[in-house]
Amino acid sequence: MLDIAGVNKTFNTGTPNELRALRGIDLKVLDGSFVVVIGTNGSGKSTLLNAVAGSFLVDSGAIKVAGNDITRWAEWRRAKFIGRVFQNPFSGTAASMSIAENLALAAYRGKRRGVSWLLGKGLLSSMRERVRELNMGLEDRLKNAIGSLSGGQRQALTLLMATWLRPQVLLLDEHTAALDPKSADQVIALTDAIVKRENLTALMVTHSMQQAASLGDRLIMMHRGQLIQDFCGAEKKRLRPEDLMARFEEVRRAELLDESAAAMLRRMYV
Amino acid sequence: MSLLIGALTLGFIFSLIALGVLISFRVFSFPDITADGSSTLGAAVAAILLVNHVHPALATAAGFAGGFLAGALTGMLATKCRINGLLSGILVMTGLYSVNLRIMGRSNVSLSGASTLADFAERAGGALIGRTTFNAMGWEVASREASILLAAIAFIALAGCVMYVFFQTSLGTAMRATGDNSQMVRALGVSDDNMIILGLAVSNGLVGLGGALLAQYQRFADVQMGIGMVVWGLASVIIGEALVGTRSLGLSITGAVMGSVLFRLLVAIALRMGLNPNDLKLATAVFVFLALVAPSLLKRLKPFGHKLAGAPNA
Repeated sequence: MLDIAGVNKTFNTGTPNELRALRGIDLKVLDGSFVVVIGTNGSGKSTLLNAVAGSFLVDSGAIKVAGNDITRWAEWRRAKFIGRVFQNPFSGTAASMSIAENLALAAYRGKRRGVSWLLGKGLLSSMRERVRELNMGLEDRLKNAIGSLSGGQRQALTLLMATWLRPQVLLLDEHTAALDPKSADQVIALTDAIVKRENLTALMVTHSMQQAASLGDRLIMMHRGQLIQDFCGAEKKRLRPEDLMARFEEVRRAELLDESAAAMLRRMYV
Repeated sequence: MSLLIGALTLGFIFSLIALGVLISFRVFSFPDITADGSSTLGAAVAAILLVNHVHPALATAAGFAGGFLAGALTGMLATKCRINGLLSGILVMTGLYSVNLRIMGRSNVSLSGASTLADFAERAGGALIGRTTFNAMGWEVASREASILLAAIAFIALAGCVMYVFFQTSLGTAMRATGDNSQMVRALGVSDDNMIILGLAVSNGLVGLGGALLAQYQRFADVQMGIGMVVWGLASVIIGEALVGTRSLGLSITGAVMGSVLFRLLVAIALRMGLNPNDLKLATAVFVFLALVAPSLLKRLKPFGHKLAGAPNA
């Protein structure tokens, strides 16, 4: 289980660029729950995922994974519990190294790395097995450098790497945003299949209302560093992309109202 | 002939420095110039131990350990203290100058009376060949020079193989991945900081080892001997890349050794042809400069060439 309690994060504190990116986030994600995160630009979706992953330390609050308080843990230490796929296909793989080497690195996620030979026969054959399941014909190209693959292939492999050892939490940060539509669909189908098969606990940020409506069993909406909406169970199932668009429009109008109200108050009192 | 063998032997000994530079500059893309200090450190430690009758193997290992610690320190400054990588190297290198003087007690330590690895190689070779000179393809060769050269080759071959195997292990692969994509490495549960510290330690360990061997070969250690080592190492790596490419680590390692040997031969030829030894470092620096700008210069010229070639069709 992922338990985020009262988390705050402000960037550039004390400067004109001060940004309160996360404001009192409370979120409990049950085991096996697939949560979709949506929100306007700059609402703090990616920041929330990065806070869990440990890209930075939060100002206050606590983050727990499977009962472990990881709030002060370094990013690399948290990887023991967390699998990640990034928005940029280049971020999740080492381009100059082979597919096999990349996967083998992932097979040791969170484990001690000693001076034992990395690419054993057993590991290579299980690699061929699991890469074949991607249906991309990569199982015969394990020795090829990852840099020679397309973005979609790289994201599929990154997903495989993130879940090679079953993670307590899988973080997907707009992992199809940089792909062409066909590859994006492929990677999304793969994501859904893996999450369901392994019954993973997952947090997925997306900009696609289509994905948000069709994937997962829970949807949260963020705005200005806060959770403003939480759809679970049957309510989530009923959601259609149009409902989400309408909700976004409401948020936008409330925003305008806030600003015009502020302008009015200024006129009256300043 | 003696000149040729000397250049070859130096080339193989210097290839340890090239391998160290290969790790820091190429595997980690870390501009580490600690090597100018750590090579002297390796030589100083080994020399002072040898003068005090420590076994040469132990003294050589201590040279490696000295470089290893110096590299680890540079790595710590760069990662834990968030100091710019180049500056971290400069700080450690500068500090090492005084440390080296302290270790040696003076600016130059002679090994003329001490027993060294070179002596071992000479004795082993002498016992094997049985004569002081022998005939190799019509050349008169001193067997002691030949045996030192063979020992150096064997030593470097071993070091290269160990290095190759190490970088295929799960730890070594994680180190290579750190140089490629540190974000990914963190996401897979590896501390990229620790990898950089360990990587620079191994890199400078090799450099220190090279310094220790060099001191034993030339029979002295000097506080100035490390100046220019990084550029020499870089020159060797660049020549190696031109010779065999960068397709795999095994090729890069082989290339660096070949580059180092070839570079020493070129230096020997240049000196023979009358290059003032004082101008050697300038010549090296200019050579590395040309090697660094040549690829981008060629690239800028290429599209022009294509246009010319494609002109009849257009």
